[in-house]
Amino acid sequence: MTKKVSYVRTEMLPEQTPPLTAAGPIAWMKTNLFSSISNSILTVAAIIALYFILSGLLPWIFHSSWAAGSLNECRDVIKEAYGPDASGACWAVIRERYLQLAYGFYPPFPGGEMNGFAPMEGASLPGYFRPNLTFILMLVALSPILFSALPRKMLWFSAIYPFLGFWLLWGGSVWVPVMAFMGFVLAGLAFQIIGKMFGSLFGVIAAFVVPVLWWIALSGYAADMMQSIVPVGLLPIESSQFGGFMLSIIIGITGIVVSLPIGVVLALGRQSDMVIVKALCVGFIEFIRGVPLITLLFVASVLLQYFLPADVTFDKILRVVIMVTIFAAAYMAEVIRGGLAALPIGQYEAADSLGLDYWKATRLITMPQALKISIPGIVSTFIGLFKDTTLVSVIALMDPIGLTNNIRGDANWNGIVWELFGFVGFVFFVFCFSMSRYSMYLERKLKTGH
Amino acid sequence: MKKTTFLGTVAAAAMVAGVAGAGTLDDIKAKGFLQCGVSTGLVGFAAADANGNWGGFDVAVCRAVAAAVLGDAQAVKFTPTTGKTRFTALASGEVDMLARNTTWTFTRDVDLKFTFVGVNYYDGQGFMAPKSLGVTSAKDLDGATICIQTGTTTELNLADYFRSNNISYEPVPVETNSEAQQQYLSGACDVLTTDASGLAATRATFEKPGDHVVLPEIISKEPLGPLVRHGDDNWADVVRWTLNALIAAEELGVTSANVSEMGMKAGNNPEINRLLGTEGGLGEKLGLSNDWAKNAIAAVGNYGEIFEKNIGENTPIGLSRGLNAQWTNGGLIYTPPFR
Repeated sequence: MTKKVSYVRTEMLPEQTPPLTAAGPIAWMKTNLFSSISNSILTVAAIIALYFILSGLLPWIFHSSWAAGSLNECRDVIKEAYGPDASGACWAVIRERYLQLAYGFYPPFPGGEMNGFAPMEGASLPGYFRPNLTFILMLVALSPILFSALPRKMLWFSAIYPFLGFWLLWGGSVWVPVMAFMGFVLAGLAFQIIGKMFGSLFGVIAAFVVPVLWWIALSGYAADMMQSIVPVGLLPIESSQFGGFMLSIIIGITGIVVSLPIGVVLALGRQSDMVIVKALCVGFIEFIRGVPLITLLFVASVLLQYFLPADVTFDKILRVVIMVTIFAAAYMAEVIRGGLAALPIGQYEAADSLGLDYWKATRLITMPQALKISIPGIVSTFIGLFKDTTLVSVIALMDPIGLTNNIRGDANWNGIVWELFGFVGFVFFVFCFSMSRYSMYLERKLKTGH
Repeated sequence: MKKTTFLGTVAAAAMVAGVAGAGTLDDIKAKGFLQCGVSTGLVGFAAADANGNWGGFDVAVCRAVAAAVLGDAQAVKFTPTTGKTRFTALASGEVDMLARNTTWTFTRDVDLKFTFVGVNYYDGQGFMAPKSLGVTSAKDLDGATICIQTGTTTELNLADYFRSNNISYEPVPVETNSEAQQQYLSGACDVLTTDASGLAATRATFEKPGDHVVLPEIISKEPLGPLVRHGDDNWADVVRWTLNALIAAEELGVTSANVSEMGMKAGNNPEINRLLGTEGGLGEKLGLSNDWAKNAIAAVGNYGEIFEKNIGENTPIGLSRGLNAQWTNGGLIYTPPFR
């Protein structure tokens, strides 16, 4: 006989949710916010502080007016909608001027009526076609550099993009950027040919001298000649019409992209055994780092005019870009030198023992590791550089900060401060935060430790 | 005299510009536009609208000169300048003239080697205080905290005024006008001081302008006017007499509305005839066409019209003519005769 079993569970019990004190929001709060008396006090204090900040800020942000023609209209609209004591943001100024904050005085329809602010009869291109296309192409050109999964052939586009972007933005004859690009082609050829005939040192020297000679002496004439044979060009836009975030991005991205390779070269030069090279690099880095950026910008905008011959003036944006770039390059050099110094000496010795020459060892062994170590520092320098572009408002370039002043010069918007600076700050935050997130992605991807 | 240099890759962006090779007037005629230095944004005096068109009291002077020289008030390229870059921009030839609410002082005229061609606005430093403070005169301000823009003549004027009246004050240095407004509104200082025109413009932006009073004392002379470089008297004459033509037009009753009719043929008033070029050939003597003043007035109006349109009592800034009335109305605006 089988023994009678009074109770047998025949099916599994379903999984139960953990008790409220062990999981879920209450448990989370208990462990993270109220784990001890002092933590509880701090939590409560923080909540009170947050309440005071947000209760002041949120009504100001949302009790706002988007549709008004002037600051006083804004105030009337807000009083009507939210009571006589309400005061809120006058976002209407952003609504009226967001295109100006984005593009400065760049004409949306070059060649159109009203200085290019109204489309010409029969024109079909959308407004701000040239800067928008330049921006999209910039993303395309940057993507193979930023993401290694993309096909490497795209790097060819990245190489010609600076010249294409310049031509799209500034316009003029297409042959000017083409001939400038030819300088680099000549540099490559000179390095190959002369390097083979007389050795690599002469090759390097030729790669510097030949393009400079080309740019100074010949490329202008060549561009003029080609333009007279095959006239291809866009309506030229003057630098004084550039402004807003477009200007910040032009200065920032150019500075970022150019300062990295210059910084690498300077960092290597500073570690070099060759006395003159080392002295030049150290002198350059220490001089630039010892001078405030604002001083360099004043030199660029004011002093250079006196030094240059009377009949030659350099484009103001170009001068500023050069100054910002060399400023960033000096900092970049030190960041990368830090990376090189952090590499164990064994890595250098291993490269030597493999029989690699200096350039190969640097390119294949030491520099990739040094760059990887330096990513946080490099990106910090980039972010700092991008934010520093707002300093150009001091030399009267119409970057977003400079434009806020100009917008306040309009009698309708005089007295508006927080809305404009808040908007500019928000956009800068978006850019800088994206750069920061990208650098974290890159660090994770390149992580080889276990 | 144009030459292109290429230095570096992007040097393709190098711009070409001739600077003061021949006379400035010939250069402007050759390049087809006037390069005018203005403020980066000062309410009523210079600002660009949403379409990038510049307007304002100072801007009108630039447009008048462009209309007189080139016959086209739109043929101006505006270079925004800050207080720090304005003089180098003019001295280096980046701009042909400066119309940027610049005070005519001895050192700027003599030491910096500029020629002030006249005065288009007589300003002076004043004070603004909240009504609740209960002051009626600047002499009551003993011990007050005062917001003051650093590095300007206003800072020195303030020190002089308080010392000569033997009263004390506590300065709160600020960098820009908008910062001064914010500091004043938040109560960081009792009193705001700057040029009276700036005070009026600032007060107009307040939520309750009636709660603030501009004190009656004006403690300095700030004659603001357009200026050019030393050494080109012909060009200085062109700018000077364009400004004078605007002033004379108001005195003689010539407005943008009636100038084309009055300029058609010589009328009864010989001075109007000489001004508008129907008699006397004054324009040719300047190196311009004889209808130069007519073009300038038609483009921007006479001095009074410019004033009313940009900073006058019907604008948000609401300045009264005061010192800037015609001499016939008890003001200081006065032009030498056109003969």
